[in-house]
Amino acid sequence: MRPLTEEETRVMFEKIAKYIGENLQLLVDRPDGTYCFRLHNERVYYVSEKILKLAANISGDKLVSLGTCFGKFTKTHRFRLHITALDYLAPYAKYKVWIKPGAEQSFLYGNHVLKSGLGRITENTSQYQGVVVYSMADIPLVGSHSIIKTTRTLCSFKT
Amino acid sequence: MEGQSVEELLAKAERDEAEKLQRITVHKELELEFDLGNLLASDRNPPTGLRHAGPTQEAELRALARDNTQLLINQLWQLPTDRVEEALVARLPEPTTRLPREKPVPRPRPLTRWQQFARLKGIRPKKKTNLVWDEGSGQWRRRWGYQRARDDTKEWLIEVPGNADPMEDQFAKRIQAKKERVAKNELNRLRNLARAHKRQLPSAAGLHPTGHQSKEELGRAVQVAKVSTASVGRFQERLPKEKAPRVSGKKRKFQPLFGDFAAEKKSQLEMLRIMNSKKPQLDVTRATNKQMREEDQEEAAKRRKMSQKGKRKGGRQGPGGKRKGGPPSQGGTRKGGPPSQGGTRKGGPPSQGGKRKGGLGGKMNSGRPGLSGKRKGGQHQGGKRRK
Repeated sequence: MRPLTEEETRVMFEKIAKYIGENLQLLVDRPDGTYCFRLHNERVYYVSEKILKLAANISGDKLVSLGTCFGKFTKTHRFRLHITALDYLAPYAKYKVWIKPGAEQSFLYGNHVLKSGLGRITENTSQYQGVVVYSMADIPLVGSHSIIKTTRTLCSFKT
Repeated sequence: MEGQSVEELLAKAERDEAEKLQRITVHKELELEFDLGNLLASDRNPPTGLRHAGPTQEAELRALARDNTQLLINQLWQLPTDRVEEALVARLPEPTTRLPREKPVPRPRPLTRWQQFARLKGIRPKKKTNLVWDEGSGQWRRRWGYQRARDDTKEWLIEVPGNADPMEDQFAKRIQAKKERVAKNELNRLRNLARAHKRQLPSAAGLHPTGHQSKEELGRAVQVAKVSTASVGRFQERLPKEKAPRVSGKKRKFQPLFGDFAAEKKSQLEMLRIMNSKKPQLDVTRATNKQMREEDQEEAAKRRKMSQKGKRKGGRQGPGGKRKGGPPSQGGTRKGGPPSQGGTRKGGPPSQGGKRKGGLGGKMNSGRPGLSGKRKGGQHQGGKRRK
């Protein structure tokens, strides 16, 4: 377990910033406690200082996980976000997409969301923007993807 | 009793003797071939007892090995011996068996530049004599080396040539010329070697300042200069924002687990700030899209006015008028222009931000008064209409 290097932090921040933008500093600098990112077995964990101090007492090979896993670094040092990060990204997401109940199941099983399945969408979402997908009941779904068409084009076709 | 025991002893001694002899002498149909230089004994006798392989052959194999070894040792005992520091040593003859190569055959080296040239021109090496007659000393001296026939360095007088500067030191010039020749020769030798091993010479491209060096050359020169100290660059000072050099040893050094949390937070915030500042405030695509949107709405409103002129007398501006929100003030100059600092644009009237074409009812970006928000990964395709 170790802190991230400059390079790794930069790569990770760039990835996360695609979804939450400058709200990332709210994750870094929290009013209710000191939270930090630690790397263990190529996975990045977001953990409070208190838990970190407790976890330091466990030997590295026996330690499975600590805090929340945000993602992992692949062999070529790219950062992959995991769904466990959704709880932290969803409240700070800049661009949100709500999908209709009918399209929800299809989306959860890995299919694309069509225009017809789109309920609401944040305005000014540009093409290929990273978004967080919600169900109509405001539950973030497993899936933060990028959208293919802009809000403008979508709503110009909508009735 | 005693007699019996004596007889017994004698008999026993005889039996031992016979056994020893039997042990020492081995009967073989075909004589073994010995290569004593390699301590090798080759047995050509057909292995009759070993026809059927199986676990019971162990004893027979062992017996065979013992016999052949005994014969080899017998041969060794017949060699002429030496005495080396209280040990009796047999002098082995030359080995007769030729052993195969240990390493593969060396591949042919590429020809050096001179060899290529000589081959091309058909120049053959001239055989030169080792000794040359030296007039000065009146004896035969070698052509080069110690006490050679014509030794440049031993001259006490050098005539200044006609076109040379009289103040020049001719002796120093000679020494300098020799050094240059030696260096050139060495360089060519290294080049030939590099060509033979298909490698590049470590070039000193940027290391001699000429004033016309490229950025890479200068960078390399800086690196080399940094490392060329007695501690191999370990204690060199760094510029304020320069990163520590990569540790070239095997082990990487990381920050401690519980470092200074505040400092960590600060550096991360700083990194975020830099990341955000690098993104352009004004996204050209969004600006142009916005501009086009405004124009579209203007035209739509105009068309509606035309159609409604017949119906209504007063030029009552429909809902389209409210939507206009004023003429495109700064947008006009912005079309396809280079992304500048967004300060001027962001301060525009807030109503422009709320314009929408159809009632989408999408969630309005709450905390955003400005127009073109910060774009991640801004795409600078100015002027392209996005469908």
